[in-house]
Amino acid sequence: MAVAAVSKYEFAPADTQDKFHGAQLLYIGWEDHLLFCAPFAFPFPATMRFGDVVAGPMQAAFGYHPDFAQIDWAKAEWFKSGKPFTPDFDKSLAENGLKHKDVIRFRTPGLTGIKGSCS
Amino acid sequence: MDMTVAKKKLGLKERYAVMTRGLDWTPSYQKMEDIYPYITYEGIKIHDWDKWEDPFRLTMDAYWKYQAEKERKLYSVLDAFTQNNGHLNVTDARYLNTVKLFLSGISPLEYVAHRGFAHAGRQFPGPGPRVACLMQSLDEIRHAQTQVHAVSNYNKYYNGMHDFHHAHDRVWFLSVPKSFFDDAITAGPFEFMVSIGFSFEYVLTNLLFVPFVSGAAYNGDMAAMTFGFSAQSDEARHMTLGLEVIKFILEQDPDNVPIVQRWIDKWTWRGYRVLTLVAMMMDYMLPKRTMSWKESWEIYFEENGGALFKDLARYGIKMPQCAEQIALEKDHLSHQAWSTFYNYAAAANFHTWMPDEDEMAWLSAKYPNSFDKLYRPRYEFWREQAAKGNRFYNKTLPMLCQTCQIPMIFTEPGDPTKICYREVDYKGDKYHFCSDHCKAIFEHEPEKYVQAWMPVHQIYQGNCFPEGTDPTVEGFDPLAAVLKYYHLEHGRDNLDFDVSEDKKNFAEWRGQATKNI
Repeated sequence: MAVAAVSKYEFAPADTQDKFHGAQLLYIGWEDHLLFCAPFAFPFPATMRFGDVVAGPMQAAFGYHPDFAQIDWAKAEWFKSGKPFTPDFDKSLAENGLKHKDVIRFRTPGLTGIKGSCS
Repeated sequence: MDMTVAKKKLGLKERYAVMTRGLDWTPSYQKMEDIYPYITYEGIKIHDWDKWEDPFRLTMDAYWKYQAEKERKLYSVLDAFTQNNGHLNVTDARYLNTVKLFLSGISPLEYVAHRGFAHAGRQFPGPGPRVACLMQSLDEIRHAQTQVHAVSNYNKYYNGMHDFHHAHDRVWFLSVPKSFFDDAITAGPFEFMVSIGFSFEYVLTNLLFVPFVSGAAYNGDMAAMTFGFSAQSDEARHMTLGLEVIKFILEQDPDNVPIVQRWIDKWTWRGYRVLTLVAMMMDYMLPKRTMSWKESWEIYFEENGGALFKDLARYGIKMPQCAEQIALEKDHLSHQAWSTFYNYAAAANFHTWMPDEDEMAWLSAKYPNSFDKLYRPRYEFWREQAAKGNRFYNKTLPMLCQTCQIPMIFTEPGDPTKICYREVDYKGDKYHFCSDHCKAIFEHEPEKYVQAWMPVHQIYQGNCFPEGTDPTVEGFDPLAAVLKYYHLEHGRDNLDFDVSEDKKNFAEWRGQATKNI
């Protein structure tokens, strides 16, 4: 459907990639860990190595949780837009097929939050 | 004794007719469509504006007289409140955060409602709805002013309220109520009337306005309570107008029914998402609770709203589908919202805290299906960490829903352990949503929502720093710059209640008022 309007209704979207000074948005959520109330939004260059995302910004964002230090990354399950996804930690975001405003989630089998409450 | 009457006074009904509809005229040298350019494009068909039943026969002169009297009373109570240090009579200084939430989140909406009703009234060719909109427009600006005046007494003593309107236009979570109303006033006049006049003022008002006013009464806030009582007669009028609008539009043409149904579906959901703030206020921010969010939803929406939609069934209007999902969320909404503000306490204009033992017990009793299992362990962990000096302050920005602009905190309907993710590809870009309902609203008018001013994205685009800020310098602290842009002072207006100046000052001042120290 299109918006009902009195005349031509065309405006530029507010969040296209060109507005982020060389970065692209990547959203990351950790399943079963709702102590973090929502998935995070990050601005990263497309050339950033996936492994550096995990070791740097993800460590900073999720590290407060006692489960984070327990993660065995070899066992983590990843999803992109809800579908299984296998990131290569040595390749860049772009090489992993991640585009502006993509959303990825990870599940860490065996780790289900504070006292198993998914917090 | 003989009484001579020079001229017979007009009866109430005639007087009303002369002073409202009698003021209208039919233009002769301008075309109707040039004078009322916005009246057909939404697809609503009106055949006879005279069928509009004026829900209240109030003329402008009576309006002034009546409102002036009410405000004289209100301001004398506010004077007494100020002179007697009424701010020290609230239950507990935590209550003040409710006042901050109301002033920065709701009062600016009263002002926008004033503009919206003025605009809608100007666009309607019928004199009946025009006069009704004019009066509601005036009510709304009076409410904005009287709320600001009532709360200004608190601003003299407590933090976070000093620049509420500046905050409303900028602070991340305030984009939720702001974008809700912006969506309404940028719609056509009929959608505006259905969104605000009906869905908000009629269907949801008891869940918005009443909790704040009864919360004020329960917590010794005479200023906000008096404002609430003063506004009560206006609110009753607004509700009547909202219902009359719906009935009038539906009776005019059967083609109007599906359009109105879509608007009711959309605005019930949009309004409900804004009520997330009220839900957490009721369950967490009132030291003396009135009732739980869940109870309030059951009474005011499921029972009263259910009866309303049964009444509207004769026009072919059905209960909005979203009611099913809302029923599933009622055990979780307030807890998910409070967790969010606990996460982002460093970036808000009010304080948050962990509930004490008694409050946890109250929450367990009110939410037996969810609290102990899902939320208590989280809170106990946070409380232990805070006691060790490791209070959780989430410093990474959250992903937001493109429609309601709330962080993606809501869980899958029926599974409160999984965040609900929905997405749409539109013209080469991805858009994300918290729910099927927010997604459907976007899909109906994507051109509108792709323009959304999403606070998180705006921060990353560099648009939320004070002028002259250079984000490329070494050691740049984005949170500090954003707080400056919000006009909030770190360590004063934000962070946990336990370390707040409000807590310290209130205890000291109340001590001076009640003890010999």
